[in-house]
Amino acid sequence: MGKQFGLPDKQGLYDPQFEHDACGVGFVANVKGNKSHDIIVKGITVLTNLEHRGATGYDPNTGDGAGILIQLPHQFLVKAAAQAGLGQLPEEGCYGVAMVFLPRPQEQIADLEKVIEGAVIDEGFRLIGWRGVPVDNSSIGELAKQSEPHIHQLFVASNDPNLSGQNLERKLYVLRKVIEQRVRDCGLPGAENCYLPSLSCYTIVYKGLLKPPQIPSYYLDLSDPDMVSAMALVHQRYSTNTFPTWDRAHPYRYIAHNGEINTLRGNTNWMNTRQAHFESKLLGKDVKKLSPVVVPGGSDSASFDNVLELLVMGGRELAHAVMMMVPEAYEANGEMDDEKKAFYEFHQSLIEPWDGPAAIAFSDGRVIGATLDRNGLRPARYVVTKDDLVVLASETGVLDIPIENVARKGKLEPGKMFLVNLEEGRIISDEELKRKIVTRQPYAQWITENTVHLRDLGKPEHPSLGDSATLLQRQQAFGYTAEELRVLLTPMATTGEEALGSMGNDTPLAVLSERPQLLYNYFKQLFAQVTNPPIDPIREDLVMSLSAAVGTEQNLLDESPIHCRQLHMEYPILTDYQLEQLRHLDQPGFKTRTLPMLYKAEDGAKGLKKALSDLCKEAEQATRDGFNILILSDRGVTAECAAIPALLATGAVHHHLIRKLLRTRCGLIVESGEPREVMHFSLLIGYGASAINPYLAMETLEEMYIQGIISNEIEHKSIVKNYIKAVNKGLLKIFSKMGISTFQSYQGAQIFEIIGLDHGVVNRYFTGTTSRLGGIGLDGVAAEIEKHHEHAFPRNPEPTRQLYRGGQYQWRKNGEHHFFNPDTVARLQHSTAAGDYRLFKKYTHIVNNEAEYSSTLRGLLKFKEANSIPLEEVEPIENIMKRFCTGAMSFGSISKEAHETLAIAMNRIGGKSNTGEGGEDPARYLPDANGDWRRSAIKQVASARFGVDSHYIVNAQELQIKMAQGAKPGEGGQLPGHKVDDNIARVRNSVPGVTLISPPPHHDIYSIEDLAQLIFDLKNVNPQADISVKLVAEAGVGTIAAGVAKAHADAILISGHDGGTGASPLTSIKHAGIPWEIGLAETQQVLLLNNLRSRVRLQTDGQLKTGRDVVVATLLGAEEYGFATAPLVTLGCVLMRKCHLNTCPVGVATQDPRLREKFAGKVEHVINFFKFIAMEVREIMAELGFRTIDEMVGRVEMLEPNLAISHFKAQNLDLSPILYQPELEPGAKRYYSEKQEHGLEKALDNKLLELAKAALDKQEVVEINLPIRNSHRSVGAMLGGEISRRYGAKGLPKDTIRLNFKGSAGQSFGAFVPNGVSLTLEGDANDYVGKGLCGGRIAVKTPVGADFDPRQNVLIGNTTLYGAIRGEAYFNGVAGERFCVRNSGVSAVVEGLGDHGCEYMTGGRVVVLGKTGRNFGAGMSGGVAYVLDEESRFKGRVNLGMVDLEKVTDQEEVEELRSLIEKHYRYTGSEIAEKILLDWLAFLPRFVKVIPHEYKRALSELKTKEAVVQHG
Amino acid sequence: MAKVNGFITIQRKNAAYRPIAERLKDYNEIPEPMSAEEIKEQSARCMDCGIPFCHQGCPLGNVIPDFNDLVYENRWREAVDVLLATNNFPEFTGRVCPAPCEAACVLGINQDPVTIKQIEVSIIDRAFEEGWITAQPPTYRTGKKVAVIGSGPAGLAAAEQLNRAGHLVTVFEKADRIGGLLIYGIPDFKMDKNILQRRVDLMAAEGIEFRTNTHVGVDYSVEKLRAEYDAVIIANGAEQPRELPVPGFELDGVHYAMDFLTQQNRRNLGDTLNEADILAHDKTVVIIGGGDTGSDCLGTSLRQGAKEVIQFEHKPQPPNTRPIHNPWPDWPMTLMKSTSHEEGGKQQFSIATKAFEGTDGKLERLRAVKVELAFDEHGQRHFSEVPDSEFTIETQLVLIAAGFSGPVQNGLVDHLHLKLTKRHNIWVDQDKMTNVPGVFAAGDNVRGQSLVVWAIAEGRDAARGVDKYLTGRAHLPASNTAIAS
Repeated sequence: MGKQFGLPDKQGLYDPQFEHDACGVGFVANVKGNKSHDIIVKGITVLTNLEHRGATGYDPNTGDGAGILIQLPHQFLVKAAAQAGLGQLPEEGCYGVAMVFLPRPQEQIADLEKVIEGAVIDEGFRLIGWRGVPVDNSSIGELAKQSEPHIHQLFVASNDPNLSGQNLERKLYVLRKVIEQRVRDCGLPGAENCYLPSLSCYTIVYKGLLKPPQIPSYYLDLSDPDMVSAMALVHQRYSTNTFPTWDRAHPYRYIAHNGEINTLRGNTNWMNTRQAHFESKLLGKDVKKLSPVVVPGGSDSASFDNVLELLVMGGRELAHAVMMMVPEAYEANGEMDDEKKAFYEFHQSLIEPWDGPAAIAFSDGRVIGATLDRNGLRPARYVVTKDDLVVLASETGVLDIPIENVARKGKLEPGKMFLVNLEEGRIISDEELKRKIVTRQPYAQWITENTVHLRDLGKPEHPSLGDSATLLQRQQAFGYTAEELRVLLTPMATTGEEALGSMGNDTPLAVLSERPQLLYNYFKQLFAQVTNPPIDPIREDLVMSLSAAVGTEQNLLDESPIHCRQLHMEYPILTDYQLEQLRHLDQPGFKTRTLPMLYKAEDGAKGLKKALSDLCKEAEQATRDGFNILILSDRGVTAECAAIPALLATGAVHHHLIRKLLRTRCGLIVESGEPREVMHFSLLIGYGASAINPYLAMETLEEMYIQGIISNEIEHKSIVKNYIKAVNKGLLKIFSKMGISTFQSYQGAQIFEIIGLDHGVVNRYFTGTTSRLGGIGLDGVAAEIEKHHEHAFPRNPEPTRQLYRGGQYQWRKNGEHHFFNPDTVARLQHSTAAGDYRLFKKYTHIVNNEAEYSSTLRGLLKFKEANSIPLEEVEPIENIMKRFCTGAMSFGSISKEAHETLAIAMNRIGGKSNTGEGGEDPARYLPDANGDWRRSAIKQVASARFGVDSHYIVNAQELQIKMAQGAKPGEGGQLPGHKVDDNIARVRNSVPGVTLISPPPHHDIYSIEDLAQLIFDLKNVNPQADISVKLVAEAGVGTIAAGVAKAHADAILISGHDGGTGASPLTSIKHAGIPWEIGLAETQQVLLLNNLRSRVRLQTDGQLKTGRDVVVATLLGAEEYGFATAPLVTLGCVLMRKCHLNTCPVGVATQDPRLREKFAGKVEHVINFFKFIAMEVREIMAELGFRTIDEMVGRVEMLEPNLAISHFKAQNLDLSPILYQPELEPGAKRYYSEKQEHGLEKALDNKLLELAKAALDKQEVVEINLPIRNSHRSVGAMLGGEISRRYGAKGLPKDTIRLNFKGSAGQSFGAFVPNGVSLTLEGDANDYVGKGLCGGRIAVKTPVGADFDPRQNVLIGNTTLYGAIRGEAYFNGVAGERFCVRNSGVSAVVEGLGDHGCEYMTGGRVVVLGKTGRNFGAGMSGGVAYVLDEESRFKGRVNLGMVDLEKVTDQEEVEELRSLIEKHYRYTGSEIAEKILLDWLAFLPRFVKVIPHEYKRALSELKTKEAVVQHG
Repeated sequence: MAKVNGFITIQRKNAAYRPIAERLKDYNEIPEPMSAEEIKEQSARCMDCGIPFCHQGCPLGNVIPDFNDLVYENRWREAVDVLLATNNFPEFTGRVCPAPCEAACVLGINQDPVTIKQIEVSIIDRAFEEGWITAQPPTYRTGKKVAVIGSGPAGLAAAEQLNRAGHLVTVFEKADRIGGLLIYGIPDFKMDKNILQRRVDLMAAEGIEFRTNTHVGVDYSVEKLRAEYDAVIIANGAEQPRELPVPGFELDGVHYAMDFLTQQNRRNLGDTLNEADILAHDKTVVIIGGGDTGSDCLGTSLRQGAKEVIQFEHKPQPPNTRPIHNPWPDWPMTLMKSTSHEEGGKQQFSIATKAFEGTDGKLERLRAVKVELAFDEHGQRHFSEVPDSEFTIETQLVLIAAGFSGPVQNGLVDHLHLKLTKRHNIWVDQDKMTNVPGVFAAGDNVRGQSLVVWAIAEGRDAARGVDKYLTGRAHLPASNTAIAS
């Protein structure tokens, strides 16, 4: 018997460490600390009303987990203990109770209880006894039942009668750690099924694999009226799996968490080494019993809880501890006082932030509170009543409270804390709470006296100089190419930006390359998709930080001035000068030592290995000797000495020092000639470096400047400055891709996966990094170094001494292999143009044979021998072609001609083309006269939501939510203004000439339950369309896909890393994501493991080029196939890779009319391509004996590694994880065969459709009045979809359908509502109000009877009017973060808002009659905002990157503003509106107009044009 | 990347040719030089393609986008390095190469291609002018000795490569001057012989020994050669002319093109001929063969003052634009006009010669017939005569430029028992080694008659093979590549 509950073991490509959670969280408390049973009932009600934020697996009755944390109910426990025969309990606060999960088999329980009892006795406790917790499992799900533990309570009291309260709690903590340790080590059967949800004298946790309503029915205790508490912390979980994880339900001991910690790996590594140095007066000798603080195998939440608990038990106040772990963004905050900044800066020296989007609710039984991440990425709303009730939850409206009773309504702001002190009986404001904490010690003084800044250091004695005589040799030794100098370095040095490229990556993985590779190339960046959002490091730079520090870290459980004795650097890239400053740093508390990263070249792998081990030993010794800045240096490369790859050396030393528990005692600085591109730096930092001096890259730039290769128009001193700037920006981009904001939390976080290094190397030097296919060992690494080294120091002189020309970014004969090369491109074009299948087979022969020469993973696989069948028995090509799609390429990235040719071709063959993210001209929705159809069957919904309105949505056969894109996962995009012509502007609802920015995340998807919500929104608008979700392959994508399947996606696309693109930074093209073979296989395996495979269609894409590729994809699990580059080639594309320059010479990827004329693509050529692919597929199917594709899907057993391959590196790969098939239940389907249950029947809109029948049928005016609550989601979306379907883009006449609601609206209120619908809501609303609004009107007003000031209280949630296009909206209260993000045309009035208002807005009008948050107008390229700036503080809160601030003086504008305020007053009865209108002339000067400079210019150009037209 | 929009805004411009009337009076090179500014402007038309098909189209793998870019940025010195890294003799190819690179240029899909050849020759000419090209004797000698037989472009390329790799190289040439076809085959109006001599002098200065008038296998024994040298490269060309099996072939006035061209080149070099002159002056000349050699004969005949020149081609007249089955970037089988064609003469297609006739052993006329091209079921080409299409031309000089059938076989080839291919070329392995260990072959004798650029590529590959054979490692780059891997 294995694990009864919990996650399955690692298998195939699945690894339980990839699992994610997301959730709804909340609490209810009586401020005065009055305990009642009612609080528990209310807590459960809140939980039940959050049910839609959770998920169920394939068993609809088994939830992902729910739970409740309450104060220890003494009265009840006294009774229960007596009933259980345990006698009289000690006084309240003098005993502890544990909740214990035990294994199901009765016979295993007693032994385990003995182990626990042993610990109880040994730790100085008295065992009071055990109580079986009464449960009723009749209502819980089947899966939950199968895995249900026995649940017992353990009662203990201390032998020390004086021990009570916090001191007792501390002992109980130690006891629990000891119990956990002993259970882990006891080896008893069932030990893995023993888990302690809580052990405390203050709190108790009831949780399990339950749905919210099942909590009270399952745990009978909870219904007992004696069960009282002054607070209840509740949690509803949504996990990315369907596994029976009783233990992973929240709350944990202190927290319940909604979000995700992205930096977990690094945090855990740092903790593990840090814990060796713990000392605590409070814990005394017990401190040694706490390791490992972070329990292995726990989730991010569990680990966070572990550390928080430690900090609290170590003596810090709970709020203080939370502030240490989740600090506010303080560096760039002009409004924060210095003491608080000092507090955060001080603690930066103690512990790195636990970074990620998170709303964390916490309690120790005496206080209860919540905090939000620095960027405010999760929702948390609260209500305080006049009778001292506080309700805080992910949503508003989770508990019905009469409006008269409401004292105030608020939300957690980014980085802010909300705290109720139950003992003091009051709410403590963030301000007061933090003031007290940050002034507890003179942190600012401590910092001034101890912290050293690099910029303050003295002049070094010997700044090292370059040596141009040996430059070329050294460049050669480090593998520099002329191409790198030209393509990568030059743009960085001249523009301060990373170089851009186009058309993705078509070169082999490093491990499959014939060319010697740098070690960096074996690593791939990980990125956020679905479960947490990437960040926009440019427009939201206020949360980002690059500041780095080195020094000795002190005891975490204490604080003193010396704790911040560290050296701070503004950013982690050092010039030679700065490095010398560091090297000669002569100040108490700092000792620097330089260690060589060199080995004897002739000793090869052995020498390398020995050098590594010597280096580690030296680093260890140096650290023990008190050196706390170690510089790893590869200066001194000669014919005899080769450099150890800097990454290998860094990883080796970092992990060696972790293992020796010394890592926090020193900082690592890398001085290396090797790193030059951003990926290199991110890797060095990701594996522990605090700073890097890329001396050779800088020397190269200097030399290029002297030679005039870098234009002398640039100032000399700017060269290196620009380069560093570009690296810094690039680093922030890489951090932000994963949703990480700070250098400090990225450092050592190892946000990478490895392809192609063997497990020995990974385990030793890159411990903990995912590397699933094995690969080369140190000998392989050494062989590659040797090649470079020999090039630099040849035994024989060569005729011409120069760098390799390159060939990574552009094809070169002696460069890296490219799958698209002169041969393949020419043959593909010739065969499809000529309609010649024989010629096409020659093309596929080259491609497939190339594969045999092992350039791709699929090339390493071959088909097994099978009983073939006659070709006629295989389904016809017409069936097969229906499974073909073309890739998402926007009109804007490719020309109208190319876009429409693809669409017509796909419609003719019954396949699907894809709009891409640029919307679609409605003229294409109807077929042309000749029967051709230019409509794209797949309509993409991307982060910018260009053109995504109700009409667009109802005209889709499939709606594809693009979570990431192969060439640049985790990044946004930008269509520069000069490319936005009239047509593009029209389709994207913007103004010609105005830049259009696609944000990195969907601002309505910060977690998986958000994705579920968007799927629900779209499905409501168009119930006939399938919703697909596009993911990019990376480690863990299968787990995410399982979560997506649970979010009711109908289809999932797993995109390979190599996808083409219009424009993307070259480092992203090359270094993010992995091939589809791994991602697809992982997805198939994990979906099968979770029993979810049959519910979704699985598609894959990424450099598919032949029928063979399609067959391999099918066997690995795909049933639909996307092609992008190859069809473009048939249209004339020759992979210029100049898409980003608008100079495509064949008219494919350009908007230049002169070049579009040259477009020579033909529908027939595209059709020939797909026909030929299908023909080849069919031939292989016959060979393999498959009659239909369905039969073939997932039949991975038909593949085997091709042993004939002799590629020197590929031979080391282990492909078995790709070919793994999980154990299947009999009858389990491996392909799409059952429809998702979307639950649309529960939508309130069904009723609206009924009630609005007269309006829909006859355009009669109808008025509907209904109550509404938070579980009513996407209200208006379905009704709107129906209107669009019947009446097209124009919708119904204004105000035809008038909807009046009362209550708290659920998420996406008024989403995608078109012309003719007006919604009025009296009450409040949650996130995403008016998402995609396209003509309707929304008004939300504070209810009559409220006696709070609407301008001080939160009315609506986050991300209001996201992607809205047309219409009006009026909000009589304050909105959350990101109001009007990506609005392109709606007029909206609001009375206050959170951070990032009007972000990325491209059109529309916004009036703010109150305070705004920070970063207003970031990335705003169009539209106008009018802000009433009564306190004159607005200017400091605007992001002035793209906008200007002006007075409102223009008469037209004055009128526009006034009319909007009048309407606001009319629709909401706003007091402030009334006040302003009554005193207009006094108020008008206080309005600030925000207008983007580009928009202003574009408007005036437009006016001039119109004037010309009128007069001319 | 030269200029983002260069290809849209700038038109192709090639070097101008000297006026026909003027150039027919001499044997000097035809193109006028172009200014550095003009060249720079032309280089701006390069699109810096993601897949530079030109770079593929060039048998040497010249890294064309890179040198275009360098020229655009006025970094000529580096452009020379890039060019010389793949091409030993750009001053030759820049003049005589038909430029398959330009045929493959991506711009050629829908516009005029970049003037690659012009840029190439400008780079190298400038390098010589500036004195950048100097002898670079190797600093290190391996002590190994290599013999190269034949001093055409293949032999010279091999010699230069091997010498720079530190081997001691001797080039054997049966003729009295170094250069093979470069010296006697190519007319001066296409390449001034000083260009060749300049290179040969440089090579000698770098330590290569040239031994002219030494016919290995005839007046220098193969055994001796094998004993004295560690490796041998045979680069003796494909000198066996294809015969024309028609009656009257023996008549006086019927000559192989190469004999005719060689004579004129010798005259230009100031040699006294020891044989009867073959001259076109005042004659009606018929050239049989529509290729480059034929066209060279045309230009030479016109310069000699021929009355009339007619050039026959067996195959039909090619189309003016690419036919569908001959798409970009394949070599276009379209009608090509050489400078000689501009100068005069008549081209006739689909003609087969039936007989030469004359009296007293002297050619007087030629009988020919129109032919039609047809394909049989195996795709084999067949020519059939068009009935009643026979015609006669009064002619005093016929020049046979019908190609070559392979290396001359008596002497070296049979003496060494070299394995031959079906097409009578010398068989070699991947390293250009023949079936005899240590004996390598390169150039037309391996490929069959071909372009100078291919000969250089062959020579480079053979040098790499020899170096590998001698040292156990390939330090030299293969053709197509700049740097050994």
